[in-house]
Amino acid sequence: MSRFRPPAWFVLLLPAIIILAAVVLVPLILSFYSSFTPYKLTRPETLYKWIGTFNYEKAMKSAHFWAAFGRTVLLLTIALNLEMLMGLGLALLVNKVTYGQRALRTIMMFPMMFSPVLVGFQFKFIFNDNVGLVNNALQSLGLTDRAIPWLVDGQLAFIAILTAEMWSATSVFAILILAGLFAVPRDPIEAAKVDGCTPWQSFRHITLPYVMPFIYIALAIRSLDVARAYDIVQIMTNGGPARRTELLWTLIGRTGYVDAKMGYANAMGYISIFLAIIFTVYFFRKLNAARSELGMAG
Amino acid sequence: MAQVHLRNVVKKYGAVQVVHGIDLEIQDNEFVVLVGPSGCGKSTTLRMIAGLEAISEGEVSIGDRVVNDLPPRHRNISMVFQNYALYPHMTVRENLGFSLKIAKRPQAEIDKAVDEAAQILSLADYMDRKPGALSGGQRQRVAMGRAIVRHPEVFLFDEPLSNLDAKLRTQMRTEIKKLHQKVKSTIVYVTHDQVEAMTLADRIVIMRDGHIEQVGTPLDVFETPANTFVATFIGSPPMNLLPGTVSGDRLALTDGPVVPLPPQFAGNVAEGQEIILGLRADNLMPVGHTMPMEGAYAEFDMTVNLSEPLGTETLLFGSLAGREVQAKMLSPRPVKDGERLRFQLDLTRCHLFDAKTQQSLR
Ligand SMILES: Nc1ncnc2c1ncn2[C@@H]1O[C@H](COP(=O)(O)OP(=O)(O)O)[C@@H](O)[C@H]1O
Ligand SMILES: [Mg+2]
Repeated sequence: MSRFRPPAWFVLLLPAIIILAAVVLVPLILSFYSSFTPYKLTRPETLYKWIGTFNYEKAMKSAHFWAAFGRTVLLLTIALNLEMLMGLGLALLVNKVTYGQRALRTIMMFPMMFSPVLVGFQFKFIFNDNVGLVNNALQSLGLTDRAIPWLVDGQLAFIAILTAEMWSATSVFAILILAGLFAVPRDPIEAAKVDGCTPWQSFRHITLPYVMPFIYIALAIRSLDVARAYDIVQIMTNGGPARRTELLWTLIGRTGYVDAKMGYANAMGYISIFLAIIFTVYFFRKLNAARSELGMAG
Repeated sequence: MAQVHLRNVVKKYGAVQVVHGIDLEIQDNEFVVLVGPSGCGKSTTLRMIAGLEAISEGEVSIGDRVVNDLPPRHRNISMVFQNYALYPHMTVRENLGFSLKIAKRPQAEIDKAVDEAAQILSLADYMDRKPGALSGGQRQRVAMGRAIVRHPEVFLFDEPLSNLDAKLRTQMRTEIKKLHQKVKSTIVYVTHDQVEAMTLADRIVIMRDGHIEQVGTPLDVFETPANTFVATFIGSPPMNLLPGTVSGDRLALTDGPVVPLPPQFAGNVAEGQEIILGLRADNLMPVGHTMPMEGAYAEFDMTVNLSEPLGTETLLFGSLAGREVQAKMLSPRPVKDGERLRFQLDLTRCHLFDAKTQQSLR
C-alpha cells in the first residue's frame, strides 16, 4: 500500500499558495460573500443573513450610485484623453531636447513622487476660494473681483479635481510615450522624409503607430488609477459639497466606513471593479492590435 | 533632366570634419558608384545629396536647382537604405504606394504604379504581407520598388546589397543593372565592395578619409590607378606593391631582383628616384603558364609559399624582397609549397608610383 504523495511541484508551490490564499483569496471571497448580506460593521451577526442580490439591486436603483458612476466615467474619459494629449506633447518636446535631457526626464517624474494625499492637500490650497493661489492670481490680474467657489460649485470642483489628477499623472503618459519615442527606429522616418512626408505626416504615419502600444499601456494603467480615484477627491472635496463631486470610491468608502453598511459597499465595489476591468480589457485589446499592426505580436 | 553637381561639399560634425570639399559632376542617366573603405564618408555624402544631413559648406544641385536648403521631400529623389527602412506596419502594397498616397495622387494611378513596380520586381505574390513576413531578398526588392514607383529624377542607394548572402547579392546586382536600363534615370550608388562598383558603375568615384582619390570608368580606374590606394583597392587580388629605386634604364627592387624600367614610364622618372612598382597577379606568371607576352617582359625566380587552386587558374603566394607577392598560374599544374619557379613579369602592364607622394608616375 502506498500512501498518496503530492507531486513535488505542488509541495514546492505550497507556501506561495498559502500566502496568496490568505492575502488575496480569503478577503476576496469574504467581501464577495458579504455583498450578498446586509452586513453592517456595527452589527457583526448580520454577516450570516443571506439576502441574495438585494444589495446589487439596490445599487442599480440608486440615483446616487449612478451619479457617482457617471461622474467617474466622465472623469476617466476626460482625464485620460487630456493626460494622453499633454503627455504626448510633453514627450515630443523632451525628445527634441539634446542638452540636459536626463535632468528634464527626472524633473518630469517629480509629480509621480508625490503621494496623492499630498497632491490633494496642495490643490485644495491652490483652489481655496479665500486664500488660494488661483483666486489670488485671477484677482490680482483683474480678471475677476469675486472669490470663485472652486471647490464648492459642482462643475468647478470637477475641473479642480481634474486639474489635480492631470498634474499628478500627465508625467506617467509623458514617460511611457518618451520610452516609445526612443524605440522608434530612425530609418523609416528618414525613408518617409524622402518619400515626401512633411514632419507632421511622418509623425502621423510612422511615429504614431510606433508609439501607440505605449499609449495604450499608459491608458490601461491610468484607467485603473482613475477608476479607483479616491485620495485626491477625498482630500479636496470629500465627495461634497452635497455629493456634487462624489465618485464611485468616495461613495463606497463613505457607505462602508461612515454609514458602516459594508455589504452594500462591497456590492457597489464589485460593480466598479467590473467597470475597471472592462476599461482595462478594452485597452489591452487595443494594445495587442497596435502591436500586431507593427508585426510585434508573437 | 537631372544632373547632380557637388561643388566643394564639406561635412562637419562639430569640430570634426568628415567630408573635405568634394567636387563631382554626375550626368543625367549616369550610374555613379561611390566606393571606399568603411568610414570614408560615402554615406554622409549620399545623405547630403538626399537632404538627410545638413551641408556644412559648398553646394549641391540637382537638375538646375541648388538644393542645399530644400528638405528631402522637395528634391525629387528616392533612396534605398542599407537595412531597407520599410514601414513595418504597412503591407507591401502600402509600402510601395505610400509616397504616391502622400502626394495625393488618384487611387487608380497609385494602383497602376504599384502593380507596375510589383511586376518589375516580381513582388506580386507578397503584396498583402507585412515586411516582418518577408525574407531579406524580398524586403530588398520592396525597398527598390518603393523607390521606383515615384519615378524620381535621382535614385540614391546606400549599400543596398550588403545584408544579403553572396548568391542573392550577385543576383540583385544584375537586377539593379537591368533596372537602370529600364527606368533610365540618374543613380548614385554607395558600396564598400569594389566588385559591386566595377560591375555596376558607368563611373566609379573612389573615396578615402573624406577625399575623392579618383574618378573614372571601371576600366580607367583598374588600368590607370591614380595612386597606390586606388591600385590596391580596385581589383582582386589587390595589386602587389614593391619598393625600389630607378637606376639608369633599370629598377632595383629593394632587397630583390633588378628589372628593366617599364618603357611607358621612361621619360617620367629621374635617376635615383624612389619608386613603387605595382604589378597585378594577372601580369606575373610562371614561365610556361603565362598569357602570350607581346611587349617587354622581365624574368626572375621566386619561391612559392602557398598555392590556392581555383580551377582554371591557381593563385600563387610567393615572397619577394621580404614582401608577400601574389601571382597567377594559367593551365595550372600542382605546385608544392616551397617550390622555386621562374616567373615572367609583363612590363607593359606594370604601374609605377612615386614612393613619397604615392601618386602614379604615368
Ligand atoms: N552623427 C555623426 N557624428 C559624428 N561623426 C559621424 C556621424 N556620422 C558619421 N560620422 C563619422 O563620419 C565618417 C564617415 O561616415 P560614413 O559616411 O557613414 O562612412 P561610410 O558610409 O563611408 O562607411 C565616419 O568616420 C563616422 O564615424
Ligand atoms: Mg555607410
